[in-house]
Amino acid sequence: MTKKFKLKSGKKKHAYLHKRHNKEIRFQLYGITAMLISFTMLAILLISIISRGYTAFVKTEISLPIEFSESVLVPDDDADYGSLVKESLKKMFPEASGRSDRMLLYKLISNNSSYRLKNLVNNNNNLIGKTVDVWFFASADVDIFEKGYISREIEEDSRQIKDKQIVWLDKLKEQGRLRKVFNTTFFTEGDSREPEQAGMLGSFIGSLFTILACMLLAAPIGVFAAIYLEEFARANVFTDFIEINISNLAAVPSIIYGLLGLAVYLNFFGLPRSSSLVGGLTLAMLVLPTIIITTRNAIKAVPPSIKDAATALGASRMQMVFHHIFPAAMPGIMTGVVLSVARTLGETAPLLMIGMVAFIADVPKTMIDPATTLPVQVFLWSDSPEMAFVEKTAACIIVLLVLLAAINGFAAYIRNKFEVKWE
Amino acid sequence: MSDDKEIKNRMTVRRLNVYYGDKQALFDVKLNIPNKNVTALIGPSGCGKSTFLRCLNRMNDVIEECKVEGKVTLDGENIYRNSVDVVLLRQKIGMVFQKPNPFPKSIYDNVAYGPRIHGLTKSKSELDEVVEKSLSRAGLWKEVKDRLNEMGTSLSGGQQQRLCIARAIAVKPEVILMDEPCSALDPIATAKIEELIEELKRKFTIVIVTHSMQQAARVSDYTAFFHLGKIIEDGKTKKIFGEPKSKQTKDYISGKFG
Repeated sequence: MTKKFKLKSGKKKHAYLHKRHNKEIRFQLYGITAMLISFTMLAILLISIISRGYTAFVKTEISLPIEFSESVLVPDDDADYGSLVKESLKKMFPEASGRSDRMLLYKLISNNSSYRLKNLVNNNNNLIGKTVDVWFFASADVDIFEKGYISREIEEDSRQIKDKQIVWLDKLKEQGRLRKVFNTTFFTEGDSREPEQAGMLGSFIGSLFTILACMLLAAPIGVFAAIYLEEFARANVFTDFIEINISNLAAVPSIIYGLLGLAVYLNFFGLPRSSSLVGGLTLAMLVLPTIIITTRNAIKAVPPSIKDAATALGASRMQMVFHHIFPAAMPGIMTGVVLSVARTLGETAPLLMIGMVAFIADVPKTMIDPATTLPVQVFLWSDSPEMAFVEKTAACIIVLLVLLAAINGFAAYIRNKFEVKWE
Repeated sequence: MSDDKEIKNRMTVRRLNVYYGDKQALFDVKLNIPNKNVTALIGPSGCGKSTFLRCLNRMNDVIEECKVEGKVTLDGENIYRNSVDVVLLRQKIGMVFQKPNPFPKSIYDNVAYGPRIHGLTKSKSELDEVVEKSLSRAGLWKEVKDRLNEMGTSLSGGQQQRLCIARAIAVKPEVILMDEPCSALDPIATAKIEELIEELKRKFTIVIVTHSMQQAARVSDYTAFFHLGKIIEDGKTKKIFGEPKSKQTKDYISGKFG
């Protein structure tokens, strides 16, 4: 009766206990190691992207005193604004006398300078006849040189920036005519062949239109299909068959949906190639199974007692579904839809098939304009030979990752905030 | 004579057979449910008493593999006839479940939901009145009158169950079915519900499934003892508990099995 259980006793007697404890500790160590490895990988990824990309948010500008001489600007329409820049450069650096030297000199400034001057004059006619300091984009080579990507140590032949240019640039810097400012161009312009003029707005808007088109189609169809399958359809061989196939479709590689979109939307329906509408419709097919599955799970998570309660009160099946089940499942459904938005934003391969991979300089204004999306822009820029596009690519990835993180955070917020508490 | 009988028996059940797929759950059940009385259904787990209860307001319709044969009448009308509207039927026969299951809505909306979907009230003030009356009748009004906008799920278990009763009586039913309404509650909350049943039987016909012999003896006027899908014995509670005819009933009541 009074025999006590001994907790402390010889090691030998409780050898099995030690074994169990050791197993436990080993298992925890495995877990911690796995966590550490995955966090290290994530950190390496983020650090390498950010360290490469952050410079793209800054751009180099050069200011030149521009004489808006009447003789050049009066024949209004075909006024040679470019010559104003060239004149100014020539005046500042008279030592550049030969043809090749002048070419090098002109190359310091981005080739959109004449366009900028034209805009200035159009907005302010008073400029004519005056001499004003104007800030121009430095060319991409100058930009990355100033950011330290091109070393002065390299031999001149294999350097994009020549010795003479370096001398001029240093002079400009001394005079305070060279500055680094926040790169608004990156956020306000479409793509360009010139890295210093390229921006991600076009692909950003393209992404927005694509997501909009995709969700307008996929969200209602997916949600209602799920509600029907879960609450109205009778369980039989046919619905079983549909169910299995929905799960299978969710696992089909995305590129195949791209081919399907190409065949159906472009070849059969003849919708405009490269448009975000077609991109959205194609991605809608891709996310539809996911939306159906997440919605069904959200509906399944609603306790059956609520269905009983509504049915016993005399609610019809539709009232039961739309007054009780649908609202209670809404947070889960929304989470699924928001995560599908994230997937739509990140998907690339199917868009390549329907021609959204073209170079498009204009920011799309409607869904049927040719467009690209952010991940496709990353793909395009990463393919470009210019060195200056490397940082642009990384910067575009940063923007994409920030957006994805924001969307996923929003999904988590919805889940926590609106989750129905049953007890 | 027949008039008198119909008032006496609000519901009648004849030759009721219920199948879940291949399995038969109820065999040839026959029972009368007397008006404005409490009928208790007792029996060991799995004997079919809850299945029987769910047949009374056709809740089994929702279950796909469930098949019901036989005749169940409410005020003389067979509720399994095709022409019967289940929505209307369930308004007349309310139900309270084992686990309190308030909607995740406000207390007010919980009670107002039934009258709203059946269009029983014409104005907001009328609806307010129905809500207040139902909650007072369920003995909950005093406790919740200042927090009608709080979630029904924020109440305690016993309060939730009374809220469910208030919700059921808000649609003015004739019969209330209760499926072990106290099994998830503590003794004090149980006592309150039993008091309430005592009150409610003045106005409603009540059928209650219970696992507790004492509860059946305390609250019911009539008792039916189920075993393996059949009614072994039914009649006045006093008689069933006092001098049961069948040995099985006697054994069950005295706690020898079940």
